[in-house]
Amino acid sequence: MTNFETVIGLEVHVELKTASKIFSPSPNAFGSEPNANVNPIDLGYPGVLPVLNEEAVNYAMKAAMAINCDIATNTKFDRKNYFYPDNPKAYQISQFDQPIGENGWIEIEVNGEKKKIGITRLHLEEDAGKLTHGDDGYSLVDYNRQGTPLVEIVSEPDIRTPEEAYAYLEKLKNIIQYTGVSDCKMEEGSLRCDANISIRPVGQEEFGTKTELKNLNSFSFVQKGLEFEEKRQREVLLNGGEILQETRRYDEQKKETILMRVKEGSDDYRYFPEPDLVPLYIDDAWKERIRAEIPELPDARRERYVKELDLPAYDAGVLTSTKEMSDFFEEAIEAGADVKQASNWLMGEVSAYMNKQQVEIQDLKMTPAALAKMIQLIEDGTISSKMAKKVFAELVENGGDPEKIVKDKGLVQISDEGQLREIITGILDENEQSIIDFKNGKDKALGFLVGQTMKATKGQANPPMVNKIIKEEIEKR
Amino acid sequence: MSLFDYTLKELQEKLHNKEITVSDLVEASYNRINEVDDQVKAFLTLNEEEAKKQAKALDEKLGSDASVLYGMPIGIKDNIVTKGLRTTCASQILDNLNDPLYDATVIQKLNKENTVNIGKLNMDEFAMGSSTENSSYENTRNPWNTDYVPGGSSGGSAAAVAAGEVFFSLGSDTGGSIRQPAAFCGVVGMKPTYGLVSRFGLVAFASSLDQIGPITRTVEDNAHLLQAIVGHDNMDSTSANVNIPNYGDAFKEDVKGLRIAVPKEYLQEGVDPEVKEAVLAALKQYEELGATWEEVSLPHSKYAVAAYYLLAASEASANLARFDGVRYGKRTEKNVDMIDMFKESRAEGFGDEVKRRIMLGTFALSSGYYDAYYKKAQKVRTLIKNDFEKIFDEYDVVIGPTTPTPAYKIGEKIDDPLTMYTDDVLTTPVNLAGLPGMSIPCGFSSEGLPIGLQIIGRHFDEATIYRTAYAYEQATDHHKKRPNLGGDR
Amino acid sequence: MTEISKEQVKHVANLARLALTEEEVETFTQQLGDIINYAELLNELDTDNVEPTTHVLDLKNVMRKDEPKEWIKKEDALKNAPDQKDGQFRVPSILE
Repeated sequence: MTNFETVIGLEVHVELKTASKIFSPSPNAFGSEPNANVNPIDLGYPGVLPVLNEEAVNYAMKAAMAINCDIATNTKFDRKNYFYPDNPKAYQISQFDQPIGENGWIEIEVNGEKKKIGITRLHLEEDAGKLTHGDDGYSLVDYNRQGTPLVEIVSEPDIRTPEEAYAYLEKLKNIIQYTGVSDCKMEEGSLRCDANISIRPVGQEEFGTKTELKNLNSFSFVQKGLEFEEKRQREVLLNGGEILQETRRYDEQKKETILMRVKEGSDDYRYFPEPDLVPLYIDDAWKERIRAEIPELPDARRERYVKELDLPAYDAGVLTSTKEMSDFFEEAIEAGADVKQASNWLMGEVSAYMNKQQVEIQDLKMTPAALAKMIQLIEDGTISSKMAKKVFAELVENGGDPEKIVKDKGLVQISDEGQLREIITGILDENEQSIIDFKNGKDKALGFLVGQTMKATKGQANPPMVNKIIKEEIEKR
Repeated sequence: MSLFDYTLKELQEKLHNKEITVSDLVEASYNRINEVDDQVKAFLTLNEEEAKKQAKALDEKLGSDASVLYGMPIGIKDNIVTKGLRTTCASQILDNLNDPLYDATVIQKLNKENTVNIGKLNMDEFAMGSSTENSSYENTRNPWNTDYVPGGSSGGSAAAVAAGEVFFSLGSDTGGSIRQPAAFCGVVGMKPTYGLVSRFGLVAFASSLDQIGPITRTVEDNAHLLQAIVGHDNMDSTSANVNIPNYGDAFKEDVKGLRIAVPKEYLQEGVDPEVKEAVLAALKQYEELGATWEEVSLPHSKYAVAAYYLLAASEASANLARFDGVRYGKRTEKNVDMIDMFKESRAEGFGDEVKRRIMLGTFALSSGYYDAYYKKAQKVRTLIKNDFEKIFDEYDVVIGPTTPTPAYKIGEKIDDPLTMYTDDVLTTPVNLAGLPGMSIPCGFSSEGLPIGLQIIGRHFDEATIYRTAYAYEQATDHHKKRPNLGGDR
Repeated sequence: MTEISKEQVKHVANLARLALTEEEVETFTQQLGDIINYAELLNELDTDNVEPTTHVLDLKNVMRKDEPKEWIKKEDALKNAPDQKDGQFRVPSILE
């Protein structure tokens, strides 16, 4: 039986979150009414001209630098010609032979193995509008998205498994998010992915014929689609068939890829230099200015957490999985939280809450300082871990000052030994049988007595202290 | 009164002395249109109601600080976008574009100067042509002899000025479309340096070549109109940020010591003997005025037309792709799917010449041909640009004929596109090099048709062209002759 | 001599989204052939060491600030639409 090797290349489109569009001053916003964020430039009216948004260039440079690309000194825009209703000029302003970034790479980790995936290029272009197909033979066009700045990131054919593809996408998204140039929200279309896949007998030099997967709505669908396609191609070849150059989509219900169209030859986009825009000359000063604005990236951060904060590698990975989480963590520490405690809370209760409520950390009412304060209250014994859960529930829902919540809810822990001893003496007096049981080796009796104490103090007694005092008092009897 | 009889300065004086009103000027313009436009057919759309309203308002607010263009009736080529006023580019594909939603930058500038827009002028469809016979609406006629073409593509703009229907007009020039009709109609037409006038709101034909420019009866008026529309525009990335001189200062100087280059290629075979004669007479005149001229060579001139048509058509094939029947303009009534909707709408909406150039441009850019045609033409463009640069190291202006022949008869060349293209041999090099070029009247053929003298200057040196043109104009009286169309004349 | 075939003309017309009649295909085949042959004139020139000119002016880095601006009224976006529905432009779908 022939052994096959899989070759995968990914094309990722990321929308940049500038305030205005790349070539027109329309607002760049998601979720507006159809055609509310358009002007004659976006609509491709006769006579309009594009003017480049400086910030779009800065953002593209930032993204390119973050994925280790060389930044072009001389770059320009080109027209890519094709007709489609969502493409109002019937050409897309893009970059053909002088992309803003080239020769990059990112490092992924799969099953403990690290691997560098090359990035061929990153170029800047304009996004198209949105075409919605109806079932009445008509389609509707909304041009709000037209002109949103977009970078296209093309990987080298270095990816060998669908799992690596998934890891690449996670890593790429993570890095781009850290740079702050995009939200990378697949559900809002601010990150989109097409995948090319081919297989070849192990040892063969040239690539097999590739198919292209489009309309992939999540990273896991990318992986599943590639897994299916890998299997399908193998079966075709083993049955003596031939792979055709096709565009396919992944059907989430059927869990299989479905043919969209067979490509005949290559598309002829008739690229030529955009005469309405002048070239860009990116000197070293400009490059350095942008480089200085790139924040610490996830790999560097994770390493620092392990080395300097003594966190386990796994925890450091979770904490740096998004920039927002990591920034929250750092701010909490900055505000005085214990590293280990902050890490535990973020990975535990906070993540659980975010998952349950489907919210992002930046949308929580709780501030990093508030989390830090709460952790301090636990550490200095003001509240118990159990109480902290109540404080957290309030904090995360409504925000506020943990100290005030503790006071308002009357959650202050009783850690006054004299006061506790008095209450416990009273409880022991009323439960002679439990003392006898405990002395006879029934450990349960201790639990009962602790419970009685907590009940008497409305749960505010400091549990370790209660344990200690009960034992001491029983000894005395 | 007639718009024919006065210069801009004289009319402004009369306005301020209350001898006439803006309403009189606007009235005179529409009266003349009523009288002669049946013959000339320069206009596609009139702005009469709005213009008369505006005239009234301008009469009320006329102050002593009014601009030199205040209240002047102007006509606008129909490829310049006018908010609330139909803009068709003389194409069926934009027949129903009654409000293109915004004003071109030049229109905004004219509005500030308080000119009055009389209406939109006929042209070759999307500025593709040299006779205005490619208009999908009507043939504009040469006011000097209505059997003849007015030139093109700004044929309506040149004819309307020559016929006295408007005081002046705006045209656009991609390969000669201001200068050639100005020459054919015996008026003054300036194609400014690429980047001097904003292209924002000029419906693109060939983006790297297009420029808007003024068409007037006299050189001085031309300078005044250009002054009003130039300047850096942050809506046009190719707009130049340069110091703009006061063009009026150019008229204070004479041409003594001016060094004129006359390319031998511009007077070679193919140039009509009468045209050559008129140009040589003009050079004689310059000698008398104290200028010197020498024959020079622009060795790549004969390649200009081929390079020009490849580049212009390539850019046009992309620029005209937006006319797809989706957001505005014509959509086929046929019940077809999306792709055929594109194809049928465009087939129904575009005329033959436009289709021909879209086909040529698409071919020149297509896979396997790009290097041989498009890129080759871009390289030849460099050679042509270099030719001029060398000449301008030693000379102040280049002078030659604007066109190889005077106007020809309507229908004479329309079936022979290639010959029509090669007629642009004297104007296209100027666009390829991005230089300013102007055509002024320099005589008449034996048939009574005007002949144009072309003056080409350095980048952004329109002032020297004006000085050169003015000296000649003042020494001759070609510009004082009027075509006889009957009516109030 | 570069020959342009009818098939090429049809291919180019398809790229340019122009429906052509058979008659137009004939005419354009001949006319484009003539024009292209005329353009072969450029091959007389050795341009190996010549840079192509895209822009005649030496402008660079023309950009604007990232500031959103209101321009047209929302209802004007669809003012000239040949067909519309629910605030969107309506077009016939592609037949699969």
